[in-house]
Amino acid sequence: MLLEVRDLHVEFHTRDGVAKAVNGVNYSVDAGETLAVLGESGSGKSVTAQAVMGILDIPPGKISAGEILFQGQDLLKLKEEERRKVRGAKMAMIFQDALSSLNPVISVGDQLGEMFQVHKGMSRKDSRAKAVELMDRVRIPAAKERVGQYPHQFSGGMRQRIMIAMALALEPELIIADEPTTALDVTVQAQVMDLLAELQRELNMGLILITHDLGVVADVADKIAVMYAGKIVEQAPVHEIYKAPAHPYTRGLLDSIPRLDQKGQELYAIKGLPPNLLAIPPGCSFNPRCPMAQDVCRTDEPPLYDVTESPVPRASACHFWKECLHG
Amino acid sequence: MPEPLEPFEPLESYGEEGRAIASTGAGGAADLGTQEAETLEKNLENGPDTGPDAGADKKPRSLWSDAWHDLRRNPIFIISALVILFLVIISIWPQLIASGDPLDCDLSKAQEGSQPGHPFGFNGQGCDVYTRTVYGARTSVTVGVLATLGVALLGGFLGGLAGFFGGTWDGILSRLTDVFFAIPVVLGGLVLLSVVTSTTVWPVIGFMVLLGWPQISRIARGSVITAKQNDYVQAARALGASSSRMMLRHITPNAIAPVIVVATIALGTYISLEATLSYLGVGLKPPTVSWGIDISSASPYIRNAPHMLLWPAGALAITVLAFIMLGDAVRDALDPKLR
Amino acid sequence: MGRYVIRRLLQMIPVFFGATLLIFLMVNVMGDPIAGLCGDRACDPATTAQLQKEYGLDKPVWQQYLTYMGNVFTGDFGTAFNGQPVTELMANAFPVTIRLTIVAILFEIVIGITLGVVTGLKRGHPVDTSVLLLTLVVLSVPTFVTGLLLQLLLGVEWGWISPAVSPDAPFNELIVPGLVLASVSLAYVTRLTRTSIAENKRADYVRTAVAKGLPRRRVVTRHLLRNSLIPVVTFIGADIGALMGGAIVTERIFNIHGVGYQLYQGIVRQNTQTVVGFVTILVLVFLLANLLVDLLYAVLDPRIRYA
Repeated sequence: MLLEVRDLHVEFHTRDGVAKAVNGVNYSVDAGETLAVLGESGSGKSVTAQAVMGILDIPPGKISAGEILFQGQDLLKLKEEERRKVRGAKMAMIFQDALSSLNPVISVGDQLGEMFQVHKGMSRKDSRAKAVELMDRVRIPAAKERVGQYPHQFSGGMRQRIMIAMALALEPELIIADEPTTALDVTVQAQVMDLLAELQRELNMGLILITHDLGVVADVADKIAVMYAGKIVEQAPVHEIYKAPAHPYTRGLLDSIPRLDQKGQELYAIKGLPPNLLAIPPGCSFNPRCPMAQDVCRTDEPPLYDVTESPVPRASACHFWKECLHG
Repeated sequence: MPEPLEPFEPLESYGEEGRAIASTGAGGAADLGTQEAETLEKNLENGPDTGPDAGADKKPRSLWSDAWHDLRRNPIFIISALVILFLVIISIWPQLIASGDPLDCDLSKAQEGSQPGHPFGFNGQGCDVYTRTVYGARTSVTVGVLATLGVALLGGFLGGLAGFFGGTWDGILSRLTDVFFAIPVVLGGLVLLSVVTSTTVWPVIGFMVLLGWPQISRIARGSVITAKQNDYVQAARALGASSSRMMLRHITPNAIAPVIVVATIALGTYISLEATLSYLGVGLKPPTVSWGIDISSASPYIRNAPHMLLWPAGALAITVLAFIMLGDAVRDALDPKLR
Repeated sequence: MGRYVIRRLLQMIPVFFGATLLIFLMVNVMGDPIAGLCGDRACDPATTAQLQKEYGLDKPVWQQYLTYMGNVFTGDFGTAFNGQPVTELMANAFPVTIRLTIVAILFEIVIGITLGVVTGLKRGHPVDTSVLLLTLVVLSVPTFVTGLLLQLLLGVEWGWISPAVSPDAPFNELIVPGLVLASVSLAYVTRLTRTSIAENKRADYVRTAVAKGLPRRRVVTRHLLRNSLIPVVTFIGADIGALMGGAIVTERIFNIHGVGYQLYQGIVRQNTQTVVGFVTILVLVFLLANLLVDLLYAVLDPRIRYA
């Protein structure tokens, strides 16, 4: 297994108390595999990814328990200097907003070339040539002429391609893409996503795709982990989850996608708001918003039940997963 | 040279900022809050409770009550507010803690140090330093408060109008503030006050208002432009609210926070500036009792009788510090980004 | 870029004339420009009338201003109270004040930025709190008190420096006066750098730099510092003009015969031409420093260069 996150807990110490952002997350990705992590903002999906990358702000953040095994090695036990050598070289991250994530006062060529200078000890000149090569690879036209330009001179889609190029620079084993297409125009979204998927296949990388957009997921993901209040509430192969979700929250997410055949009907929305991480409700954390909630949901926290019914394993953290799956 | 209204002026913002700060020379800290206040304006706009559903007149109130809630728990605010309260009280009733007369001097005791009944010793004319230090608070506080009030009213009014109406008026005012910024404040004070013979505080206050208003005007202009672009102000305009109503009801409450912060910090520096001018011999004149005059007249004897300088200087520093800290605390409380 | 520079240059013109006119008017308010010309006594009416005619004082103020500006552009700044041409005073005074300003700016850059970076990176740490408190103290003690105390301690009590600067004012004698002159700006630079660093530290591009696996030192120097210093550098640039004009107090304390000293003399002796002449040059320096800042800003920030 390329990456295995085991029982990860992350909390943030704020003025108003301890916010429990991640509460026992387990997931894994293999080489060439795509895991989609789904959830609303505040569900802990990005925090988990940042913990994997080792870019959490500590403090206020704190990893209070868990293991992050990368190629069998627990990253949390590494010294910062060894950890740093993994970042960028063996695992890389693509952020949502390329404009703010690229340094505004450094040319894109220098920002790309920096990867080779720091990790490979290349000269400035050689790394510049590498930067042009990378820009070609992510299909930025006229790469040679544009390598000296600054991020604000590129369009949104082109900037995101530069982010991708930067992540791919050292051909890492794992890519984490945090909402890579959310900030883009719809027409550009598909192009960028296709490019990412294509390069992933080519290099046989593991990909963690963090998103709240179920539409993106269906095309590229192999399996899905749905997160709510810092926990994984459902994990399944992508096709099964679309056919029949085993958790009411997943069902809610699926039902709230607008569809053409529902024209004229009112669009479904999950009632209520995401939980306050300073005071997560007892029992199942989704219970205040759940249409299926019973008394047991308000008192007993559901474990992640094995709900496998086909050869591929799947799991759901709902007391009533059977009703949900078949009802 | 009028120029079209440029709400955000990204090209100029830092340059102008530097100018605003640089211009005051020795009294430079008057602009301490400027940059921070400009950030504050931006943050106020993006504050947590500025969603479209936050009611038009509910929003400022919640901002202020949030700020008040924060301030009450901030030790810096409490300490500086207590110091200022104390200063205000002894400015009004100095007799409460000083029984003597600041002008009752005995030359035979000149430069003598601390002795019973006269804890701070005597100054060069044989006046009691303790009594004079206590009575000096009145002058400093009066100058600071009145100068700040004048600057805030004049600058706030002119800057607010420029920000609200834009256009030619704004262009002229912007150039005019540039002109005033180009003249170092201490220098302007020397020139204007060098011929004044009046022994009242009014010429000094008048001078501070004359040269101080552009600083506030710039802040007010910026925050009015920011406030004007808030969605609910646009909505009020679309609903046909009149200019004066919008200005009073929607824009002023939102634009006023940065002005208050900068004015509070400036208050401390006006006190400092008064002392500086007195040191240069153009500020207040005896028999006015002022820390600046006492520091100035003590400075030649600093080696032999440092107490004559240190007590009024200490009182001056604590006063200025209190106002700067108060401004700092208010700014932090009004800045939702730090929450 | 070219258009940007030209726009800034054009904007400087009205400010230059406005500021010099303002000071011209102020000096006229200041009092009788010929009062100082007859020694300590007041001039008799006949002499007064003659002198007024000679200096064009019988004409309206705006005409006097135009005449004066016309002369200035031909290099004639008039005569000082002691009969020397004002230009001669300038030639002696400006090098001294420029040296003093250089020392002050160096203090701002070296100490101010270093303290600001350290405190910005360690926000909330005891180091941060103590430096922040120190800047508040520096800001609240007026410059002239700081100057007098430093002069007393370092110059008189401990004898580390000479309490008064010699007429040549070499660099080594200007270190403490330069620190005094810089003190308020120094505190401000520290706070500005600190705020800027602390704000940018949380910026997305810094997170990207960390995610790229860059060493911490490189993240700070190459990514964080460059962006954070833009406002600081522009402040320091604009401060050049302000420091030269604000040196009056410092020069008086340490008896430095620079611009501030000459201006002070000119004001005390009510010599219009000295005051207006020096201020005209100061305004020019101020405007040029601001232009420099704008250009520097464009160099540091490509978003402006290519706007």
